[in-house]
Amino acid sequence: MADTDIAIIEDLSFAYDRRPVLHGIGLRIARGKVVAVMGQSGCGKTTLLRIISAALMPTQGSARVLGSVTSELDRDGLYALRRRMGMLFQFGALFTDMSVFDNVAFQMREHTDLPEDAIRDLVLLKLEAVGLRGAAQRMPTELSGGMARRVALARAIALDPQLILYDEPFTGLDPIALGVIARLVRQLNDSLGATSIIVTHDVAETLPLVDYVYFMADGRVVAEGTADEVRRSGVAFVEQFVSGAIDGPVPFHYPAAGYQADLGLAAAA
Amino acid sequence: MNRSAIDLWVGVFVALGLGALLFLALKVGNLASFSTAQTYQVEARFANIGGLKVRAPVKSAGVVVGRVAEIRFDNESYEAVAVLTVDSGYKFPRDTSAKILTSGLLGEQYIGLEAGADARMLAGGERMRITQSAVVLENLISQFLFSKAAEGGEAKSAK
Amino acid sequence: MMLVAPLRTALTRLGAAVTAGVWRLGYAARFFFYLLVHSGTAFRRFRLTVREIYFAGVLSLIIILVSGLFVGMVLALQGYETLQRYGSSEALGVLVALSLVRELGPVVAGLLFASRAGSAITAEIGLMKATEQLSAMEMMAVDPIARVVAPRFWGGVISMPVLAALFSAMGIFGGYLVGVVLIGVDEGAFWSQMQAAVDVRNDILNGVIKSVVFGVAVTLIAVFEGYDAPPTAEGVSGATTRTVVTSSLAILALDFVLTALMFTGGA
Repeated sequence: MADTDIAIIEDLSFAYDRRPVLHGIGLRIARGKVVAVMGQSGCGKTTLLRIISAALMPTQGSARVLGSVTSELDRDGLYALRRRMGMLFQFGALFTDMSVFDNVAFQMREHTDLPEDAIRDLVLLKLEAVGLRGAAQRMPTELSGGMARRVALARAIALDPQLILYDEPFTGLDPIALGVIARLVRQLNDSLGATSIIVTHDVAETLPLVDYVYFMADGRVVAEGTADEVRRSGVAFVEQFVSGAIDGPVPFHYPAAGYQADLGLAAAA
Repeated sequence: MNRSAIDLWVGVFVALGLGALLFLALKVGNLASFSTAQTYQVEARFANIGGLKVRAPVKSAGVVVGRVAEIRFDNESYEAVAVLTVDSGYKFPRDTSAKILTSGLLGEQYIGLEAGADARMLAGGERMRITQSAVVLENLISQFLFSKAAEGGEAKSAK
Repeated sequence: MMLVAPLRTALTRLGAAVTAGVWRLGYAARFFFYLLVHSGTAFRRFRLTVREIYFAGVLSLIIILVSGLFVGMVLALQGYETLQRYGSSEALGVLVALSLVRELGPVVAGLLFASRAGSAITAEIGLMKATEQLSAMEMMAVDPIARVVAPRFWGGVISMPVLAALFSAMGIFGGYLVGVVLIGVDEGAFWSQMQAAVDVRNDILNGVIKSVVFGVAVTLIAVFEGYDAPPTAEGVSGATTRTVVTSSLAILALDFVLTALMFTGGA
């Protein structure tokens, strides 16, 4: 079981300066699966993603990714690890001073010695996979949000990574673009034989797409399982999250003093 | 902006900069100095060098033939020692005199060489025999006052 | 007794600010050494640096040339007024040339460079940080300091002396225009006195050294502020302002130190 797991997180805690964000998290990401990490904004899921991508180091516990424990790697080891991963940032994070083509070709030019015609073919291949081969010569500022996201996806898979990370890939997209990205996530994962981790809070698009889900709240894992298991889990937080109910374990009202007291009615009464 | 256009402009930019630097060095400054010429050094001792500074010009007949390289004080003879660097193209007789002169009325001081008549020329490292110190304004004034007083005294005694 | 509490708060805040400032200075110094050590890429792939020389240097040409021209012209105008009162109007060339080559060329060109190119560099790097482009680069195992910051640093350092030389040259030409062509100072005296007074080693070379030092200071501040900027809109705009202010102060302070070292104390 252990050697088919792409990522193993054990009893991991993390704090920004003195503010604790993650408490004793445990996760197992199996090879070839598409896994979602869901939760409210601020629950720590993006931090978890950063730790898996080795951009942050845990304050306690360990993260074992692609066979290496991230906190034990030196700079060269870290960079070697990152070359086997691809990450799609929240709004694409394309390099604005170069064209779509150059963005996708970036990693190939930096990390391989491939001649330019080989790179050209590869780039066009990747762009074709996301449906944007015709936009190769455009600049990122000329693209719509959805197109930019797709180019960023093509860039993330440029070197055929074994692990693809998605940071809120569905934010701010129209329904068509949403559908496109969702399909691409599954398609690319399967055709590349990779593993994908999606951090998101978009329930409708994600649950039908993924193999396994982890639910996080306040820096802890509160539920996990396949999409069906989680829907039937009976955990109150999960039910509220999935159904989108406005009140439940996550209250509607921000904690405040009594309403009547605030309006000055209690004193009069 | 494609790549070749950028390269072109940067090339033009750097060329302009070098051109400006060259202009400054040649037309504005005095690059044609003795930095690369062959020189030899001679020594001259003075009772008082006045306001002479290192790098002051050494002139003969008004033409710059060298520079003052070093100024020292000899603690035994209590004289000022000036080391002059002279262009190898100019040879001076051994009895050439070195005077400290002022350019203009209140200008910078320099060393003026007046060629002598000796058949043998000064070689590097030798000392100039005949020197004239700088004119110190205070001495000049006290001399003047003294001579004026002497004149007055003579006139009185002549009466 | 009423003053003690607010005084104490003020002192505490001052102490905290100084500590923070010193800490930041140390951080900037470490950043600088890291930048120097990882500058290999900027030179091995010189095209990256060339691109930055274009954006920092070539695009600053117009403002430098025009300012240089005007500064030279004003120097000649003002200088003539004063010099001719002492009958030394023929020294106008000396006045214009020495002022420019020793001081105004490096300093004014440096200040203009800081406000035009320095602020642009800070904004660019800050924006790349805010839009996660630097993080994306890190994720792709490319060191953003080597790839993005170092070429901009060396581009600025190379551009600065070029711009200062152009400023001085343009200024002298402006001085010539006003002094000789407009006012009528003798052309021969203008150039010959200038040539006699301006020394290549002492004046011109020192001016070049100054402009290199200013280039390092301004560009270092610009890239550091950009790299350290908080990744928000206010963060980037604050960093850009800080770059211009800090660079300008640094130029003037360094100018004092360098002038004291170079132009005084020696015979």
